[in-house]
Amino acid sequence: MERGVHDLGGLPGGPVDKSEHDYLPWEKSVDAILSLLVNDKRLMRVDELRRGIESLDADAYNQLSYYQRWIASIAAILVEKSVFTKAELEARIAGIDARLRAGATS
Amino acid sequence: MTQHDHDNGHGHEHDTAHAPIEAADALGAYQLLAEAVRELLIEKGVITAAELRRQIERMDARGPHQGARMVARAWVDPAYRRRLLADGSAAAEELGVAVDGTKLVVVENTAEIHNLIVCTLCSCYPRAILGLPPDWYKSRDYRARAVREPRRVLSEFGTEIADRVSVRVHDSTADMRYLVLPMRPQATDGWDEARLAKLVTRDSMIGVAPALGAGEAGD
Amino acid sequence: MSAPAHFAPGTPVRVGTGDPPSHVRTPRYIRGKPGVIERICGRFGNPERLAYGGDGQPKQTLYRVRFRQDAIWPDYAGAAQDTVDIEIYEHWLSADSDKS
Repeated sequence: MERGVHDLGGLPGGPVDKSEHDYLPWEKSVDAILSLLVNDKRLMRVDELRRGIESLDADAYNQLSYYQRWIASIAAILVEKSVFTKAELEARIAGIDARLRAGATS
Repeated sequence: MTQHDHDNGHGHEHDTAHAPIEAADALGAYQLLAEAVRELLIEKGVITAAELRRQIERMDARGPHQGARMVARAWVDPAYRRRLLADGSAAAEELGVAVDGTKLVVVENTAEIHNLIVCTLCSCYPRAILGLPPDWYKSRDYRARAVREPRRVLSEFGTEIADRVSVRVHDSTADMRYLVLPMRPQATDGWDEARLAKLVTRDSMIGVAPALGAGEAGD
Repeated sequence: MSAPAHFAPGTPVRVGTGDPPSHVRTPRYIRGKPGVIERICGRFGNPERLAYGGDGQPKQTLYRVRFRQDAIWPDYAGAAQDTVDIEIYEHWLSADSDKS
């Protein structure tokens, strides 16, 4: 079995980049959503979030940012749990996108 | 809350095939996904907008200052220090820090032992106490190298540990979350807790640096 | 009452070398390595089951295990007494009989 993409302990690496970014509102929103789902609503486990992230392919894992990985996993797990369907999610993404387009041209 | 990006300077978009891509790119595909998830969760009554707002506020209120208070108390009160080392969560709650179910383990730096915290598998961090972790803590390089060559990583943070001092790395792989109790800096006798707390940095509680020296806090 | 923990603090143990494709919390770098039980952390839901929507039962005993760095990395460049502490679930551990 190949090592999981997330299982990084002991792999070679470069100097640690110490630059920090302020968390963006959407990132905080994702963090808060996860916290509510896990601690308050008990709809999801942290273990499920992790499993979802670990099942991203290597390219996605390495190229996506931390919260991009989180929301990819959360969305997939919520579909898995039938909180909403993939179709509903895609329709909503298209809807928000259309709203933005309408907004951008006004 | 959607975010509009007007930076591209387009007025009327006639080429509708490109407009969704530009709009989606402007927001970012994952940001769009996050917004869609948020809206659906609220519409389906799973969470409310108010709950989400409150959770964000709670997150914003957390930060290293919470851990700093615990460390400063431990420096002045030996009985608190013992309680902190025996049960970090209970000791945090004693000072009004809500741990939200975190199982906090506090590990003490001494003249013989220097502790360093990492989560090689993801980025577990005592968030309820310290707030959100810095980007570098979650980075590939830190997660890969902190267990393998901790002294070299510490050097990169400007921290040199003598050979006679053990470096003890804690890899948070399961349910525990770790916080380092740094050594109390020299020349701080008689300082009150508030003044001592200013010497306790986030990085000292992760273990990549010692607490600030008595002259460094800009007091 | 839950079952007593199998290993007492101070017991030499060895991490299993299993390689399941599913979600595990035992990092690859520690598999097969010898360590010593530092403390018993308690009993928790099995993450390997929780990750797939299970209830994580039966609970598993979680241990903090201490490893010498020079037992993990053949060319470890730090001090001889440097260590790594990792939490490992009981089902990944066996007594390291050549060390007793």
